[in-house]
Amino acid sequence: MKTTSATNPLIPYLFIIPAAIVVSTFVLYPALKAIYLSFTNFNMISEAGFVGFANYINVWRDPFFWAALKNTLLYMLIVVPVLVIAPIFLAALVNKQIPGIALFRAAIYLPVITSLVISGLIWKWVYEEKGILNFFLIATGITDTPVAFLTDPANALFSVMAVTIWSGMGYYMVIYLAGLQSIPRHLYEVAEVEGVSKFKQMLYITIPLLRPSIAVVTVMSSIAAMKVFEEVYIMTQGGPMDSTKTLVYAIYESAFTEFEMGYASAIGVILFLLTLIFSLINLKFLGEKKT
Amino acid sequence: MKNNIQFSRIAPLVLRYVAILLVLCFTVGPFLWLLATALKSPTENIFAYPPVFIPAQPTLDNFFRVFDSQPFFTYLKNSLIVAALSVTLNLFFASLAAYPLARMQFKGRNFIFGVLLASMMIPFQLLMIPVYELAITLGLQNSYLGLVLPHACTAFGIFFMRQAFLSIPSAIEEAAIMDGVSRIKIWWYVLLPLVKPSLATLAVFSFIAVWGDFLWPLIIIDQPHLFTLPLGVNRLSSTFSLDWRLVAAGAIFSIIPILIFFTFTQRFFIEGAMKGAVKG
Repeated sequence: MKTTSATNPLIPYLFIIPAAIVVSTFVLYPALKAIYLSFTNFNMISEAGFVGFANYINVWRDPFFWAALKNTLLYMLIVVPVLVIAPIFLAALVNKQIPGIALFRAAIYLPVITSLVISGLIWKWVYEEKGILNFFLIATGITDTPVAFLTDPANALFSVMAVTIWSGMGYYMVIYLAGLQSIPRHLYEVAEVEGVSKFKQMLYITIPLLRPSIAVVTVMSSIAAMKVFEEVYIMTQGGPMDSTKTLVYAIYESAFTEFEMGYASAIGVILFLLTLIFSLINLKFLGEKKT
Repeated sequence: MKNNIQFSRIAPLVLRYVAILLVLCFTVGPFLWLLATALKSPTENIFAYPPVFIPAQPTLDNFFRVFDSQPFFTYLKNSLIVAALSVTLNLFFASLAAYPLARMQFKGRNFIFGVLLASMMIPFQLLMIPVYELAITLGLQNSYLGLVLPHACTAFGIFFMRQAFLSIPSAIEEAAIMDGVSRIKIWWYVLLPLVKPSLATLAVFSFIAVWGDFLWPLIIIDQPHLFTLPLGVNRLSSTFSLDWRLVAAGAIFSIIPILIFFTFTQRFFIEGAMKGAVKG
């Protein structure tokens, strides 16, 4: 019997249709709709009216938007380098078969699997004025008076950043660990024989050969840093004095507490364009790695 | 001389352990402090100076008080249902769509793949307003379906499964086609068993993403009997913002399931990272 099913030209599409319906309904259509909404005064109650570039002009004039953009960029400027560099050392630290190592790796990964709501709460408790962190800082003489981690506008954003770093470190460590294990051992053996110091081995063997992983981590942590929301929502609600308001928090606030959906969509489109830059770079790496 | 050699062997190892311990203080320390707080009795001062790590009279009292004040087992049930449904649907839709994209020649394939890659780059934060509006229109507010559908098929899942299918030698499939086996049977009986590790990895990563999701449930659910654990803990912290014992107990309760899950699926996290899996 001839294999009619194998030659039926419709078959590939039948496989794709279920996914296509879901992705179109919940990603593609909403994406186009969001762009459309950004040119309207939609507020969930009355019909959306076309307002041209009014939302974008308002965004441009809105000091809160600039504050949110500044906070988001500052976030990236600090969080991304830390998340790119620190996990390399962590990976190097646990990349050795010593007793207990599997447990140590898992323990470093623990914050990654913890939902950000919980992580935010844990740190809110650690950051308490009479909390554990202030105790250590005072006991070791680093500071005399308790630090107002979340209630002082000068500190709050940095305190929130620490939580993002804490939650992400383990994930990037595992990526580096995979990268480290693909570096041929004999390179280190030769270096050892030649008497090259550990530090120089790191600088001249490990880091250059980890470059693909470093690139991936840079892009991924940049995109993640740009989308920070949960930590801010749980710990500071954007305060004090908007010092921790990020772009995503601004979108959430405009859309779901002020119901200015059109305005919020305009900020959403701007966020999308910013992340697009990094996504395109990411895509390039994915392509290089896989094909 | 001999002692010297032993010392130079052991010193780096000790140093490594010390460094690891310091790192663990940072990563696990906060969890332990939370646990200590959750176990402290109502009469014990949780702001004691110096801080007390071992509760004077460890008690599960705070947990019972949390369960009395809020339906935490309902939250747990909701989280489990939503995660199980989302993961199952995502695996099903993604592996179904990935098969022709990886292994069949057809018109529009490159276009579909291009659209797929493009949709991977769209942040949910841009989509949430139209998706919210759509969910309201479809009557999905305050429903499991409303929580699940945005997670039901991720572009990343399709992309990830396509990579998995690409790595299978085509000879296996060609033999089956020659024997007249239908494509759907090939997919189910031949290919899926071969990509089990990738399916498991995708399952683990989507589980974590759905389990920890907060922004979407926050928008679409406002009835407490449909709250997932993150919403429940958030509610706990805003209701009892002053009693950290209860917040800590609720938080510990919601960490336990994911901890158990992680214990059994650990190796897939490593595999996922090696394959370039993306969080969320």
